[in-house]
Amino acid sequence: MNDAAARLAPADYKSDVKPVWCPGCGDFGVVNALAKALAKLERRPEQVAVVSGIGCSSRIPAYLSSYGFHGVHGRALAAATGLKIARPDLTVIVTGGDGDGYSIGGNHFLHACRRNVDMTYIVMDNRVYGMTKGQPSPTTEPDWDSKLSPDGTGLREFQPMVIALASGANFIARAFTGDPNNLADVIVQAVRHPGFSFVEVLSPCITFRPEQKDWKKIVRGDALRPTSDVPRAARRMLRDTGFDLGVLYAGERAPYAPRRPRGRRAVADLEARFEI
Amino acid sequence: MSTQSATAARLPRTVEQFMAYAYAMEVEAVERYTELADQMSTHHNREVSELFAKLARIEGKHRDQILARMNWRTPPETGVLRWETPEGPETTDYGELHYLMQPYHALKLAEHNERRAVEFFERFAAARVPAAVREAAREMAEEEREHVRLIQEWLARVPPPEPGWDEDMDPPAVAD
Amino acid sequence: MTAGNMLLEAAARAGYYALMTRSSGPQIRGGEAAAMLRIACHPVECMEERFHILAAVDWEKVQRFNAEIPLLPDSLIVGDPDQGPPPEVFTAGGARQASLPLKKLAKAIPEGRANMVLLGYVAALLDLPEAAVVAAVEKTLGKRRTALAPSLAAVACGRGEATASGLHFPLAAPPPVTTPRWLITGNEAAGYGALKGGVRFAAAYPITPATELLEWLSPALAEVGGTLVQAEDELASINMVIGGSYGGVPALTATSGPGLALMVEALGLAVAAEVPLVVVDVMRVGPSTGIPTKSEQADLNIALHGLHGDAPHLVLVPNSVADCLRTTQWAVQLAESLQAPAIVLSDQFLGQARAVVDRPADQAGGAGRVVAEPASPGYRRYAVTPTGISPMAVPGTPGTAYTADGLEHGERGRPSSQAADHYAQLDKRKRKLDDWDYGEGWADVEGDLAAESAVITFGSCTGPVREGMARAAGDGLSARLVSLRLLSPLQPARLAAALAGVRRILVVEQNHTAQLYKYLRAECDLPGRLSSLHRAGALQFQPGEIHRHLVEWSQA
Repeated sequence: MNDAAARLAPADYKSDVKPVWCPGCGDFGVVNALAKALAKLERRPEQVAVVSGIGCSSRIPAYLSSYGFHGVHGRALAAATGLKIARPDLTVIVTGGDGDGYSIGGNHFLHACRRNVDMTYIVMDNRVYGMTKGQPSPTTEPDWDSKLSPDGTGLREFQPMVIALASGANFIARAFTGDPNNLADVIVQAVRHPGFSFVEVLSPCITFRPEQKDWKKIVRGDALRPTSDVPRAARRMLRDTGFDLGVLYAGERAPYAPRRPRGRRAVADLEARFEI
Repeated sequence: MSTQSATAARLPRTVEQFMAYAYAMEVEAVERYTELADQMSTHHNREVSELFAKLARIEGKHRDQILARMNWRTPPETGVLRWETPEGPETTDYGELHYLMQPYHALKLAEHNERRAVEFFERFAAARVPAAVREAAREMAEEEREHVRLIQEWLARVPPPEPGWDEDMDPPAVAD
Repeated sequence: MTAGNMLLEAAARAGYYALMTRSSGPQIRGGEAAAMLRIACHPVECMEERFHILAAVDWEKVQRFNAEIPLLPDSLIVGDPDQGPPPEVFTAGGARQASLPLKKLAKAIPEGRANMVLLGYVAALLDLPEAAVVAAVEKTLGKRRTALAPSLAAVACGRGEATASGLHFPLAAPPPVTTPRWLITGNEAAGYGALKGGVRFAAAYPITPATELLEWLSPALAEVGGTLVQAEDELASINMVIGGSYGGVPALTATSGPGLALMVEALGLAVAAEVPLVVVDVMRVGPSTGIPTKSEQADLNIALHGLHGDAPHLVLVPNSVADCLRTTQWAVQLAESLQAPAIVLSDQFLGQARAVVDRPADQAGGAGRVVAEPASPGYRRYAVTPTGISPMAVPGTPGTAYTADGLEHGERGRPSSQAADHYAQLDKRKRKLDDWDYGEGWADVEGDLAAESAVITFGSCTGPVREGMARAAGDGLSARLVSLRLLSPLQPARLAAALAGVRRILVVEQNHTAQLYKYLRAECDLPGRLSSLHRAGALQFQPGEIHRHLVEWSQA
């Protein structure tokens, strides 16, 4: 479509701001993958908007050369929804962590899946609140000891892919930052897939969960094969280890569109309804 | 672990195609070492930052050597190539870094990278590919063995890390 | 309710000005309900301190409305004798009574309804032209053709009964209608003002008494090419609005006190990231859930001070049903020009009152957002300019990509923890608002501009204050009236000019803790002696009590 001269390289999608993440952080792989994915998709940086909330993963917009919106904790999906509905021509990507997305942002996550607006939501799940120095998050194991919740929360982990499936997300996948090329592929698929695309990305936190360095030994690549059948995807989740990678679900729901066609009347024409 | 992003059908059939892989490996290595140098610099680990920067320059030379050997005026497309491993053989995994890492650690990573490169080329040298490709692979494998030796010599000059190298008396800070 | 609406419509068609408010019990349907109307030959913005006619279909729990329906000895109570006597709270004042066997009369007409008989009766008492009443019934019943004939028959029956009764409350003949008039609620006016200001995106979460604004806006937006999306909660709606506005589309939401309380964090984000938006707060009685169906002016504190940190923003207050259009339109224009959030403090009284008003004059268009040129070299989103306003890049524009941030930032938008950047940006955000020329819209300044007394008020208190002051002027007590429209940034210099030479000031407001009085005292050096007349909501001020208070105040 575009000739080679106009095509941009992944490096063109990175800004000159150096990330401040701890060396060893999985999020570096996500920036890498996003840059590759956007280059592959041939979206111009100015046609892309990356929206985030608060947390280490939410710093991503500044590290890319696209338009960015760094909002408040938990509300990235709402801001992105407003942006995409007002500007359907933009490619909207939402990034954040498991705390931002599944705790304070949980309600918006549910409804974003339902609403099925065409956007891609990438959650970097490290099963901890990193930015505030190591508290359990909704995806943390029940017995993980911490200062805030000694001996663990005792709570069952949040199941983001199950919630997404039940709430109507149109594309659901799990990936791992240790394989940025595969992640880039998944992101390309997710962006191309119409409707709300959700990519749960296992992203180790070297500082507060150093044991997650072993994740690369236990993740199972291509363990999930996409289906468009919700019950089948649900049954697959019953066997899920939490480390099964791949596309779980690629559905066929029509993406969100205004129910009424947008009219072209002049504002002054509306006055007649008030005249006596 | 592995992800099935490469298939047997993608095996290079010509020296050109094969050397494109070799080129891509070096390009990716340059990018990665440069990025790691930035990460280390942001975390005030100047010694290792400079070491990564030097490794980036070295890989850059290897990259340019391939260009010169193949007489390529425009470099081949690397974006479409796929590795059997998550990333190229000479690409350091982001997850291997530590902000307090010592030059020794960085060189061990580099040594690991060069070893993987050797293995990568040795596999092609024994694969069912045309003889010219196998020959090119043998040459590249030999070059990479030389790189391994150089890194090992470098390692011998670098002190091993002391116990407690990763201890930081300062607790983590909060930024947001 | 339906009959009340039809009476209002008939009065409008007959050339009168009118105002209608409603009150009801907690039931969703079938509960007690009252429609209150005031009809006059001049514009009316509040109810008087008495009603001339109280006409009831039945008396079930009607005593709950007694404080809102004061009667005098010359008032008339019309009731159905088969429904029992009117409650004592209404008859104790000595009002006259008339019997109208509504149920019996309605039953005699096939599919006839009691409220239609009552409508015909009351309209005839007022001497409203029959044609106007018929037209009102036809318009209201609209497509329900089968209901039309019986309704008109019932109306005619009621008219006959009124004629036979010999009772009469004739309205003076109205002056000829020379300028166009509208029949509109404050909520509708605010919605329309938003569209005129350029809003093309809205996010909505329903809440009493703001829901109707959003419900009017939803199809209207679609007609003019915009969109409204329903949100899952107020946290979502305000953030959606911010997202849409960041995308370059003027955006708005409407809520009430409890919703605004949820929105304040996001409003701070809009201040810090310099994203324009408008929130209409249709104030209701607080605190907390309060009384959702009644009006109060107690959200001043949260509107002005509810954001954490130093977060200057716009707060505007419409002071009549028609003014809801102008003020909301202006709020959109200001928000866009100043790249800041604006809160419009409407209230339940204005929002839900339906009034005949003179068509509001068209306002000049706003300058709109200052937008960055494509590929501006070295573009700095938050550049510290002389005006404090820096061009805003619209996503999609090449060469000006930036990341909007709630984190404090430098001129390029990069997060910064430097004090120097913080001071520079705080100063920029305050300066852009303070230095703007708001023109004459900051307040309505009326009355005797040479008087030594002044009354300061805002919002729906303005109606009864205006009328009370007019009565006092008739007694020789003259005063200036300042009805503030722009509460933040306050305009101390203009206020001082409007109050030059004043020796006493009365601040009138509808809340329990005199929020406006305290705000003015904190922010301005006001001349003379300051007094406060304040009372919490659920009951509007009446002109009579303002009049009385002015008299007492003049003698104090």
